[in-house]
Amino acid sequence: MFEKYMIVAEQARYIKEGNKITGFQFGARLPYYRGLGLSMVEDIQVTVDEKPVEPGKITLTVHDNSYTLKEMETEAEDRWEMGEIAVISIDGEELPAGEHTIGLVIILRISYMPFPSFSKASKKVVLK
Amino acid sequence: MSNSIKRGVSLYSYQEEYFLRKMSLEDCIAATAKTGATGIEILGEQMVPGFPKLSDEFVDKWFGWMDKYGVTPVCHDMFLDFKKYKNHYLNEDEQLESIIRDLKFANKLGFKVMRIIVSTSPELMERAAPYAEEYDVKMGIEIHSPWHINTAWMTRHWEVMERTGSKYVGFVPDMGMFIKKLPRVQINNMIRKGADEKIAEHVCSQHEKGVMSEYIIAEVYQMSERPIDRALAEMTRHNIYNNPNSLIPFKDHILHIHAKFYEMLDDYTEYSISYPEIIEVLKKCNFEGYLSSEYEGNRHIQDIMEVDSVEQVRRQQEMFKRLLG
Repeated sequence: MFEKYMIVAEQARYIKEGNKITGFQFGARLPYYRGLGLSMVEDIQVTVDEKPVEPGKITLTVHDNSYTLKEMETEAEDRWEMGEIAVISIDGEELPAGEHTIGLVIILRISYMPFPSFSKASKKVVLK
Repeated sequence: MSNSIKRGVSLYSYQEEYFLRKMSLEDCIAATAKTGATGIEILGEQMVPGFPKLSDEFVDKWFGWMDKYGVTPVCHDMFLDFKKYKNHYLNEDEQLESIIRDLKFANKLGFKVMRIIVSTSPELMERAAPYAEEYDVKMGIEIHSPWHINTAWMTRHWEVMERTGSKYVGFVPDMGMFIKKLPRVQINNMIRKGADEKIAEHVCSQHEKGVMSEYIIAEVYQMSERPIDRALAEMTRHNIYNNPNSLIPFKDHILHIHAKFYEMLDDYTEYSISYPEIIEVLKKCNFEGYLSSEYEGNRHIQDIMEVDSVEQVRRQQEMFKRLLG
């Protein structure tokens, strides 16, 4: 469901400190038909050109509030709203200029389902 | 036969356009009103950012829209996230708190019915009933395929209704339990994902004949080891067919109806669900609540085409208009 819309490639860009590239980020939507408290986002997995990104480098920003995956585990109040374009930032990953393929897996803990909800997408992005 | 069945729309139906911000909450309400339906159903967690908080400004705006478009709040669909925390399953007191949170939300926005998610236990419903009365919001456990009225879970819910005699607990049957033909939009989606066309044809034909789902699954497991073919066979478990007359014995407990649909054709029929038969039964039941459109075809076609939920809902409402007279 909504896998097609998970990665918002138009918002992909480098993260810079001064002139130095320190990472990159892209837009992401929750692949679900309602918003969820962040603690129910069981996992976010990112690959770049098929290489997995270390979980510790991933940050999710929803309406200007940023969380590491560890912090999300206990954040039940703040929500990733339905259709909201959040930002997934990868810190400390330098990529050469040009086109890259981003892979994104989002696993959700949906209480009425007897198994986790697993959604996967991949898209080519050009970092700016 | 004359009837007092009312028409509503669950704004869930417009999820594709809302998700992509092509329609706002107000646009969804306006689209509903345009079909002539008068009842509004929402999932608070879908279209009210910041849920469960409600600002006075939002509440004013909400009732302003109800006046402006001549519609009425009918049903709020709640969720119960008992797996909210990793490694901690909410206990019954915490689950009750969550239900009360939603009752307050529903009450503030003028909803008189609250859809209770199917996984909610009968014991919890019984404990929540006095609060439902306090906030004047009736709670209806959703009978959603693969459950049907005679499954053990629903039987136990029914026992609570009979034992307590409370008018604040009842059922919200979802018409997705009357699937005569597997939704073609879903089958075609699985074929696009690689399912074998011959197997798909076989599964559809067996399902239509009424062959038991477990048997169809067992057959396909012998035909193919591919997960996609097996997943297609397992679809039959979640697309059950019952005789619509099965609504009659519990008619006095029906609070609201989810008029699920996957594909409205241009001749104003639904591909999988026979609404003419269902509506005849609802008339016999003297059902006086809302028949609420619930479009769920978007997820099966969004990979190949632009979804037009507004047109899909319009067609279903037009069908209801004709069938209800």
